[in-house]
Amino acid sequence: MNMMPSAIAQARSLRKGGEEDAGHDAGQTDFLTIRGLEAGYAGTRVLKGIDLSVFKGEFIALLGSSGCGKSTLLRTLAGFAKPDAGEIRVAGRDVTRLGPDKRGMALVFQSYALWPHMSVAQNIGYGLKLAGRAKADIASRVGELQMQLGLGGLEQRKPAELSGGQRQRVALARALAVQPDILLLDEPLSNLDARIRLTVRHEIIALQRRLGTTAIHVTHDREEAMVMADRIVILNEGAIAQVGTPQDVYKRPASAFVAAFMGAENCLPLSIEKSGAGLHVHANDLCEGASLPIPSNPLVSGPVEARFRPQAVELTPHQPQTGTEPGGDGAVIFKGRVEQTSYPGGAWRHVVSLGSHSVVADAQRSFAPGEAVNLRVAAEDLFLFSPA
Amino acid sequence: MTVSHEVLAAPAPRMARHIDWSWAPRGILLGLLAFAIFGPLANLLLWAVAESWYFPHTFPISYGFSYWAKVFAPRGGAVDALLTSVGVAALTVALSLALAIPAGYALARLKLPFRALILLALLIPNAFPNLPIYVNLARIFYELDLNGTVLGVVLVHTSHGLVYAVWIGTAAFAAVDNELSEAARTVGAGAFRAFLDVDLPLAAPGLLASAIFVFLESLDEFTGTYFVGAPDVNTLPLLLYTAGAGGNYQIASITALVLLAPSIAFMFVVERFLRADVLAKIGR
Repeated sequence: MNMMPSAIAQARSLRKGGEEDAGHDAGQTDFLTIRGLEAGYAGTRVLKGIDLSVFKGEFIALLGSSGCGKSTLLRTLAGFAKPDAGEIRVAGRDVTRLGPDKRGMALVFQSYALWPHMSVAQNIGYGLKLAGRAKADIASRVGELQMQLGLGGLEQRKPAELSGGQRQRVALARALAVQPDILLLDEPLSNLDARIRLTVRHEIIALQRRLGTTAIHVTHDREEAMVMADRIVILNEGAIAQVGTPQDVYKRPASAFVAAFMGAENCLPLSIEKSGAGLHVHANDLCEGASLPIPSNPLVSGPVEARFRPQAVELTPHQPQTGTEPGGDGAVIFKGRVEQTSYPGGAWRHVVSLGSHSVVADAQRSFAPGEAVNLRVAAEDLFLFSPA
Repeated sequence: MTVSHEVLAAPAPRMARHIDWSWAPRGILLGLLAFAIFGPLANLLLWAVAESWYFPHTFPISYGFSYWAKVFAPRGGAVDALLTSVGVAALTVALSLALAIPAGYALARLKLPFRALILLALLIPNAFPNLPIYVNLARIFYELDLNGTVLGVVLVHTSHGLVYAVWIGTAAFAAVDNELSEAARTVGAGAFRAFLDVDLPLAAPGLLASAIFVFLESLDEFTGTYFVGAPDVNTLPLLLYTAGAGGNYQIASITALVLLAPSIAFMFVVERFLRADVLAKIGR
């Protein structure tokens, strides 16, 4: 409580400074800057120091499982949750302590939050009405948005008379009508049918590209994040686990958590030794020895966690000695026994046991349960992590 | 076809002979309840149109509307009393809503300490015996020159009706999803603007229902009006009391009917506007 007056005074001075700064160009580098953001409630810290820079026109996906703080981060950005520490800047302007209506951000809610007592046109035009725009001006802008989003002819309908997909688009149109600097999307597709979701994904991206709006999209759907985003921010327990392009986080996960979250669920223990030339994998009862190039993430000699995707495995019938010599072909070969076989579509899926461990491996042909197999995982598909 | 008809029809008479006696106590109870509710009402209706009715006649001897003319004649005072009653009730509604809208919004939306205690405190005027309170209130109002004024009566009625207004008002605001006003904030509405454009219209049906409760409560209120208002502020219940006490059953019945009509009419409105999701949140 005794912090309050000084915090308010600071916020005031920052706001003043922000207004003066607003004139000059903040540059292309960071349009939205989040620094050291911490938030929480009732003693639990939900966000533990978030640092993030977003470029103008970029589409960012905040990806994480439920409870990772992604929605709290979005609500803090929107101004509905007060951060305990840190700052948020938009084009150089400090907005950390500003109300939700003064941030130049518009939020599309997961529930859509359409006003049931207003028609589609009134819902979309509300922000423009608040801005004091002329009636004819509002009508033409609303009509334009309706056309762009395929809502033509629905202006007199109430939200209750719309389908799920139409409601979603009205919510999007309402947010876009005020031409926000930043569009915030809180799992806007999660309430849609799976088939509609796929098309709406592309519609949203196309619209966002055309308008050049900076967008921050919260989702727990990995594929959705991969397809939609320019960059993905993976959150884990209130902290950023990794930021990168979809290819980055898919091919070069920075941690075991990211690797697992991006589908590399198979996890086996290995022992490695680092030398100048490369990485030597010691043979153990799971695999044969191998030499690999040194990966990009930091590793120390000793036990490591090896992670790989089911699709990355090349499954072959077991051969006692494949001739994998140290410094060989840059792949690790595990030895296992098929436990289960199923066909989920595309490839045969096998549950393979390796001693007390078991992994999932895909193959174009099926192997019978009980069959001894070799699992070859190429170096670029094998993610190694030293224990933290 | 005929065969199947006979087959179908045959068991019916046998079924009819079986009377489910377990329903009898319930039937009798329902009948008694109906009599308890509709008996006095029927009596009221009869008295309202009875010209003369005395013992040992079961029904009035002659019917007519001459007492209606008497009640609504300028000297009858009913019209004045009705206008006073409606005026007091309208002012009570206005005052209650003026207090209940901010209070209900705050209780529904903000994290107030002692929230349950505040809700309970509103019950207190209705929880204690009315008479000693109003006697003392009359004394205090006398010192404040509020005795015998419409304002004094309105204040008493408001203290009584506020519990309905705030409890239902709180439930009405709680039934409006918070994200709806947040959605208004995010497209540029200030906090008060979002309240006016989103929360208030969406809570309006519940608030209307609470207004009707307060209106009816005020229209019916007797004790407080008697101690604080009489004889300067003469409402319909006071007129009814005077007529009833004087053995003037026709006038009392007609006044009672006038009081009853808005109650019944408004109950239908309340039933229409007080949705289940609002009802579920009352007192929470």
